[in-house]
Amino acid sequence: MKKYIGKRLLQLIPILIGITLLTFILMNTSSTDAIDIMEQNTGGSWTEAQKEAARAALGLDKPLPIQYINWLGDVLTGDMGESYISGQPVFLTFMEKLPATVYLTITSILLTILISIPFGILSAVRQNKFLDYLIRFFSFIGNSLPNFFVALLLILFFSLKLGWLPVMGSSEGFKSVILPTLTLAIAMSSKYTRQVRATVLEEMNKDYVLGARARGIRENRILYFNVLKASMLSIVTLLALSIGSLLGGTAIVESIFMWDGVGKLAVDAILTRDYPIIQAYVIWMALIYVLVNLATDIIYHYLDPRIRLGEGMK
Amino acid sequence: MTEKTITIREQKVHKDYTKVKLIILLILLGLLLLAAAFASKVSPFDPYEQDLGSALQEPGDAHIFGTDRYGRDMLSRVIMGSQTTIFSALLLVCIITVVGTVVGIFCGYYGGKLDAVLMRISDIFLAFPGMVFAIAVAGVLSGGLSNAVVALACISWPKFARLARSQVMTVKDAPYIAAAKLAGSGTVKIMIKHILPNIAGAIIVTAVLDIGTMIMELAGLSFLGLGATPPTAEWGSMMSNGRSMLQTCPWVVLAPGFAIFITVVLFNLLGDTVRDVLDPRNSASH
Repeated sequence: MKKYIGKRLLQLIPILIGITLLTFILMNTSSTDAIDIMEQNTGGSWTEAQKEAARAALGLDKPLPIQYINWLGDVLTGDMGESYISGQPVFLTFMEKLPATVYLTITSILLTILISIPFGILSAVRQNKFLDYLIRFFSFIGNSLPNFFVALLLILFFSLKLGWLPVMGSSEGFKSVILPTLTLAIAMSSKYTRQVRATVLEEMNKDYVLGARARGIRENRILYFNVLKASMLSIVTLLALSIGSLLGGTAIVESIFMWDGVGKLAVDAILTRDYPIIQAYVIWMALIYVLVNLATDIIYHYLDPRIRLGEGMK
Repeated sequence: MTEKTITIREQKVHKDYTKVKLIILLILLGLLLLAAAFASKVSPFDPYEQDLGSALQEPGDAHIFGTDRYGRDMLSRVIMGSQTTIFSALLLVCIITVVGTVVGIFCGYYGGKLDAVLMRISDIFLAFPGMVFAIAVAGVLSGGLSNAVVALACISWPKFARLARSQVMTVKDAPYIAAAKLAGSGTVKIMIKHILPNIAGAIIVTAVLDIGTMIMELAGLSFLGLGATPPTAEWGSMMSNGRSMLQTCPWVVLAPGFAIFITVVLFNLLGDTVRDVLDPRNSASH
């Protein structure tokens, strides 16, 4: 197990270098110059000497590889520069907005679990019966709706027509989180209900289930004590792996509901060409994503007896 | 589940049913693509002509889907938008399928250093969660529909590379490849004539299933203002522009919204049906 973790951590290094390098290259291909943006934002027109000074202060006069190394050092120490617009340190701004996104992610995952696990199992147990078709029909619809449309439909219905829930913002506590959560959970549940169903079906078709049936064990007992127990681990892993992608997928929903998280921060930053913020967003989201997936993977390996016990033989 | 014995007759019925479904879907999608291709001929009004006198009219006899705040006919704009959205999504899927497949075949066939390097590169692209990288690319390249296509292509090709690679690995040691080699076929010929036809099924299924997703993601980027820009008629940006009028004039949002939904439904149904035909073991109901 230790060996496995060590190996995975080693594999992480080239990925991290890749992520930072790619982000760095991306930011350097932008058509607009950082100095021009700073000049615009201060309102005045700078002289060439002033521009040169600003360039030197940011280290932009050095060759690109040196710039990358310097920049990487800064990133690793949490210094990601200041926002072009607000002048605030980017790292602090980002960390300030992160909890709102994490909060939204957690509520959405919980709701997704509450929807997709029971319906997925139900759908598998009633394979090719009416209930299965009904559940698959709804998950198909959910899969074909873009989340911004879902968001607008929910706002139209629950906020504007019925007036039950706030249209946007996060000022009304629990009430404000309902619609963004619902939007994210509808898309995810549609996807995971199918996957839960497939996982359970696969398990039900295994030989030991047939064996248990042959020995006259009741169908319910087989389902609860064998099938679900065996498939639960892969289902939970599946859902845990979606946390990372969800964290990055909230941008549209956050900006529709004016939810004050990192996704909205990034979208706003793009509209104002605030590159340091975009940079921080890309790097941190990738980092969190990679780490969450790594942790999930390690825990999965740790919990799965087939892999854990088989280790001695390898 | 109790094992069911499927009779040949049942199999045949199922096959016929799938065939009929496929034909109906292809006809519907063909009509949709035709309407998109000849959008300017099909539209009852000029989608870009402003007529402030008839702004924000409710759906009615003159304008079936109503008009937007500049008095432009929504139906015409939705039809025009189909051209923008559907064709860019199709182009995007073609790009990522071809690039991914070519990379995957080379990696799988040659293995070694080339494989290791290209797969690490694809790992890096896969390390960015979903839309994050696309949003950043579209943002840095300063919007525009073609940049949105580039952004989504960047994050989507590795999936096809991985798929093609794993498929190549399963066939490359098959006796018929060895036979082709012994018969003196060159590498390129083996790849095109022997490997590609054998892995095409899985790739086509994935590509068709991806069209719907790509339509939604492209529209999503446009919705954020990172794709098509006004006044271009594009479904995502039309919805974004109509957002503030959701309460008073919901049709300016609902018309393009349902257009996306119906298009995605059709493409997803096509994907599922193509999978039933080409790859029955992984079909949804089994």
